[in-house]
Amino acid sequence: MDAARTMTVVRSSATASARTTPRFEDEVTKLIDVSKCIGCKACQAACTEWNDTVQPIGYFTGSYQNPPDLTANMFTLMRFNEWVNPKSGELEWLIRKDGCMHCADPGCLAACPAPGAIVQYANGIVDFVHENCIGCGYCVKGCPFDIPRYSAAPAKAYKCTLCSDRVAVGDGPACAKACPTEAIVFGTKGEMLHHAAGRITDLKSRGFESAGLYNPDGVNGTHVMYVLPHADQPELYSNLPSDPHVSPWVRVWKGAAKTYVSLAAMAALIVGAVVHHAAGGANRVSEKDEQAAKKLIEGKE
Amino acid sequence: MAADQAGITFVKRHALDVRITHWIVALCFILLALSGLAFFFPPFFFLTALFGGGETARILHPWIGLVLALGYLYLFLRFVGACLWHSDDSRWISRLGQVMSGHDENLPEVGKFNAGQKLYFWAMALLILVLLASGVITWNEYFAHATSIPAQRIAVLAHSIAAALAILGFIVHIHMVTWEPGTLRAMVNGTVSGGWGWKHHRKWLREVVSAGRAKPGTNAPPAE
Amino acid sequence: MTNLWTDIRSADLVIVMGGNAAEAHPCGFKWVTRAKAERGARLIVVDPRFTRTAAVADYYAPIRPGTDITFLLGVIKYCIDNNKVQWDYVKPFTNAAFIVMEGYGFKDGLFTGYDPAKRSYDRAGWDYEIGPDGYAVLDPTLTHPRCVWNLLKQHIAPYTPETVARICGTPREKFLHIAAMIAETSAPNKVMTSMYALGWTQHSYGAQNIRAMAMLQLILGNVGLRGGGVNALRGHSNIQGLTDLGLMSELIPGYLNMPHETEPDLASYLKKRTFKPLQPDQISYWRNYPKFMVSFLKAMWGDAASADNDYRYGWIPKLDIPMYDVIQAFEMMAQGKMNGYVCQGFNPLLSFPNRTKVTTGLSKLKFLVVMDPLDTETANFWQNHGEYNDVDPSKIETEVIQLPTTCFAEDEGSLTNSGRWLQWHWAGGDPPGEARSDVWIMAQIHLRMKALYAKEGGKLPEPILNLDWRYKDPADPTPAELAREMNGSALEAVTDPQDPAKVLVEKGKQLPSFAFLRDDGSTACGCWIYSGCYTEAGNAMARRNNADPGHAEIYPGWAFSWPVNRRILYNRASCDLSGKPWDPTRKIIEWNGTKWVGYDVPDTLPTANPETVMPFIMDAEGTSRLWARGLMVDGPFPTHYEPFEAPVANVLAPGVQGNPAARVFPDDRADFGTATEFPLVGTSYRLTEHFHFWTKHDRVNAMLQPQFFVEISEELGREKGITDGAWVRVWSKRASIKAVACVTKRIRPWTIDGKTVHLVGIPLHWGFMGLTRKGWGPNSLTPVVGDANVETPEFKAFLVNIEPSTPPTS
Repeated sequence: MDAARTMTVVRSSATASARTTPRFEDEVTKLIDVSKCIGCKACQAACTEWNDTVQPIGYFTGSYQNPPDLTANMFTLMRFNEWVNPKSGELEWLIRKDGCMHCADPGCLAACPAPGAIVQYANGIVDFVHENCIGCGYCVKGCPFDIPRYSAAPAKAYKCTLCSDRVAVGDGPACAKACPTEAIVFGTKGEMLHHAAGRITDLKSRGFESAGLYNPDGVNGTHVMYVLPHADQPELYSNLPSDPHVSPWVRVWKGAAKTYVSLAAMAALIVGAVVHHAAGGANRVSEKDEQAAKKLIEGKE
Repeated sequence: MAADQAGITFVKRHALDVRITHWIVALCFILLALSGLAFFFPPFFFLTALFGGGETARILHPWIGLVLALGYLYLFLRFVGACLWHSDDSRWISRLGQVMSGHDENLPEVGKFNAGQKLYFWAMALLILVLLASGVITWNEYFAHATSIPAQRIAVLAHSIAAALAILGFIVHIHMVTWEPGTLRAMVNGTVSGGWGWKHHRKWLREVVSAGRAKPGTNAPPAE
Repeated sequence: MTNLWTDIRSADLVIVMGGNAAEAHPCGFKWVTRAKAERGARLIVVDPRFTRTAAVADYYAPIRPGTDITFLLGVIKYCIDNNKVQWDYVKPFTNAAFIVMEGYGFKDGLFTGYDPAKRSYDRAGWDYEIGPDGYAVLDPTLTHPRCVWNLLKQHIAPYTPETVARICGTPREKFLHIAAMIAETSAPNKVMTSMYALGWTQHSYGAQNIRAMAMLQLILGNVGLRGGGVNALRGHSNIQGLTDLGLMSELIPGYLNMPHETEPDLASYLKKRTFKPLQPDQISYWRNYPKFMVSFLKAMWGDAASADNDYRYGWIPKLDIPMYDVIQAFEMMAQGKMNGYVCQGFNPLLSFPNRTKVTTGLSKLKFLVVMDPLDTETANFWQNHGEYNDVDPSKIETEVIQLPTTCFAEDEGSLTNSGRWLQWHWAGGDPPGEARSDVWIMAQIHLRMKALYAKEGGKLPEPILNLDWRYKDPADPTPAELAREMNGSALEAVTDPQDPAKVLVEKGKQLPSFAFLRDDGSTACGCWIYSGCYTEAGNAMARRNNADPGHAEIYPGWAFSWPVNRRILYNRASCDLSGKPWDPTRKIIEWNGTKWVGYDVPDTLPTANPETVMPFIMDAEGTSRLWARGLMVDGPFPTHYEPFEAPVANVLAPGVQGNPAARVFPDDRADFGTATEFPLVGTSYRLTEHFHFWTKHDRVNAMLQPQFFVEISEELGREKGITDGAWVRVWSKRASIKAVACVTKRIRPWTIDGKTVHLVGIPLHWGFMGLTRKGWGPNSLTPVVGDANVETPEFKAFLVNIEPSTPPTS
């Protein structure tokens, strides 16, 4: 992680920069070409090795997908979906490498209450800085892709770092390095857009008329993009959202409006109370009241 | 305001258990508000330092919340009878201007709790219920997988709104205490002066007196 | 592989059949994705299951296990019927025009010469008609009824698309679609590559599966070209090296044969193997066999081997049966005829058929030595692991000695990959604990045995006492020393045969290549095909120059490729009779009028005239073989047989079920199940998350695929009441195992000869040792029978049954 700290931070959670729109420089992107992916899980192996995580040995749960879901120790996961194409009647085994999309507009960062626990570097990488993480799990709720995973011990959230520590020293992510079929490639965003265009042309020549790039606008684009043979139906790829965006609930919750409205209300109320007190004076109990009470009590005796 | 000085008679208002519980709840509320504000408003994140840092604040917040909820439940059970709404309460609340200008004499005679206090009681009950439910849903350490993430998103928003409302109510609560001198001792000593009762809760005072639970110049036996 | 991994990038069409390259060879599969992305190549997958290779294929068709020959002969028939034959290649470069002896025939599933009692053929009648000049008789017009081409057409006549559908279960239109795609590569500028693996070899007619594809590739003119060939994807990183070095009972290094007891002296042995050309002007490179053999014997016994003692040919063991393969070995163990077993880098308890029989055999041994980096199941066969290994240790007396060895990353040496590259590697770390290299252990055993023989004598001590063992540290020969020995050296000055005064290699020097080997005892060479790997210029295997002259994907400066650094075998066939490349964009070599030039080492003599010297220089014909003569024990052509355990009868020859030439031991035959009792087809395979039984000892791989499962179709799941993720019991005639079910759309039932046939897919990575959940391997269930030619067990097609079950007790 130390190497990553040398990179320029353009946005940091729970600070003023969290709500600005950053200017990216030398944006990096990982492009995952689903049509070249053979689901070998070398990316998963490389990920766990590089990040030195220990994912416990589980069980076969009815699918090649293992572990069955992303975990705090497994930052990337091959998701498998067996889909019969209604047009051709043929089976397609749709395999997608899931993991952090490194959104240009990251919902996790917006939701995070701890200053500097989630940062976005100038190259677009969204990184969790664990010594600043307080373990609230708000990032989990903020993410439109359901990526961060909460670990019980230590109670913190984890996700793909896009190997920020490797990228910081000019290397690519471990998964891209390990991918045997070059389904995962890494470079500048421009290079990746260009590469993707070539791949899409090739896929169209093979009858995938809806082949396209997944770089959703709802989060201002991502720094992990997919080439999808069926780009018109991203949900086919194990529920990749077709229009991801930071949830309106999260927007309201973390939005500027709430800050102003509720803080203003509190401040107004406090000011009002002080004014009320100062202007009218305290509503004191008078001697008369005491006498009346005394009379009442004694009268009763 | 001692009885012997001005011949003021003190009347028992809150029993010891109520007072202890109240102050526990109050303390919890303040801690929750401070830590909650820290999580809610990044500029207040420094407040987590009071708890030993963000992480301990995050760990403590839900536990404190549970204590508050239990304490409030106790108070709720103790006060629910006294907080039922009556027609006088509606009339009282409709003359809020008189209330705020301190003209208690123009208001219907008030029992143990006035309509404002009753509203605060019920509002807090409701808000604490919302805070408890949404708090448990978003208590990531233990309940992360009990609900869906969309549900958690709604919960975390509901928690924030409820908390903000509770704090607003709390501000009013504090203000009323300071604006009406003599009130605080009800929760400290457990007694109020007869005059305080006469001015603010005359109906209650009459009930206490008629029940023979008020003795001049002395501390009365527990009210209610 | 005839070609090399990187060369797949040059293909126009890739067919993966009899293998699952994406899963079992993911790194090599990179070149398929490159071919697709960079030159628009198409990928066809034909497999019983919709594999991860199929997931990225352009076209997939299902096939019932064990019916590949039918499919491939069907494609050959399609190509011939539709005139999709590269005639300019087929006529001169194959033996299509050769006339076969009179008397050959094929009827009711049997070739002529069959002896049912011996279960073998008299193959003498499967040869060519030889003319008075001593050469084979040819009919270049291909009209003679007994010419190979017409025999072939006759042989494949039954393999219509309808027959293919009926036997293979491949829908007719899918078969035709694939046949049409393949047929397009008969154009000289279109090339298909074939990638296969154990899906073809692990059948009782495995070698014939591969022959069928080789024949198809020859008819299409795809052998010898860039992006073509018949490419075996080897199942271990160094299994190519294992076969090259002859680690089989019937071979000695360099594909020389272990002598048979009917060959008492060197002359009788060499006579049978020194093939004379069958056409004029041909090279028939095996004519040099005596040079390879004598040099090998000199490498074995050095100064003790000389012309007057037949170079100690007598010290080489002689076979009394065709081979002592592993099936034979376990049969002998089970019969109590083999008492000791040294098991080096091998886990037969999980990798050889009918595990019950393997356990019985091991239990009868006096001693078992296991040399392995891992704590294998075989080494622990005597331990009770509940249902997973239900043995009674108190009844097993075998003494087990485990010698922990280094693993590949802990020592230096070379690995030979599928593409025949010998790549040197260096130790990446120190071995743990008491682990020692295999070489050190073998040296210790040798030296101690030698000392015992010297002291105590014994039967025939000479081969041990005289074994050439001139290493700097006899107790620990270095990999470089062994490599130099394989390369070979001049024991005396090697001179030019044309000019004996001219010294080509000075005494004591490393040989530049096997071209300098001599049969007079002046050279020693441990493995002739590896000659050139470690010359006076140094260790060629350690070269790492990745320059690619002409962008031919040849990379001649990277490591060393046998033979003589040639990257594409038969590359002479990439050019026509005038020596011009069939496809100029695929130039590897070409004839410049006086010699062959290009990017690869020509697979012919540098000055061999393209008009007269045909490209297949190892064959006495000079051509490739559509007709195998008597070189295959089970027929000159591939033909359809059912597996020994099959769900249906052989529809083409109802009387012949399994391969009639395959060896079957009586006890194993009694253990074959029938389709009545076991109606489901079982097949075994690897998954990409694991490597055999090794990686279950690694926590990362174990996590990625933690538990044994079997795969069935949704249809079979419904029929049997089995749900995804539930426990099932799978049993064959030989054993019963339990697994978690994977109910999947990737497996579909076939309609075979009008009958619905289901598959149970059984991956092979689990056992009772290691970090994964305990499980079983398919070998618990599989029958004991091997390929007729090479005895590779029939793991890919057998019969089982399945039912819902409960978790095992451990």
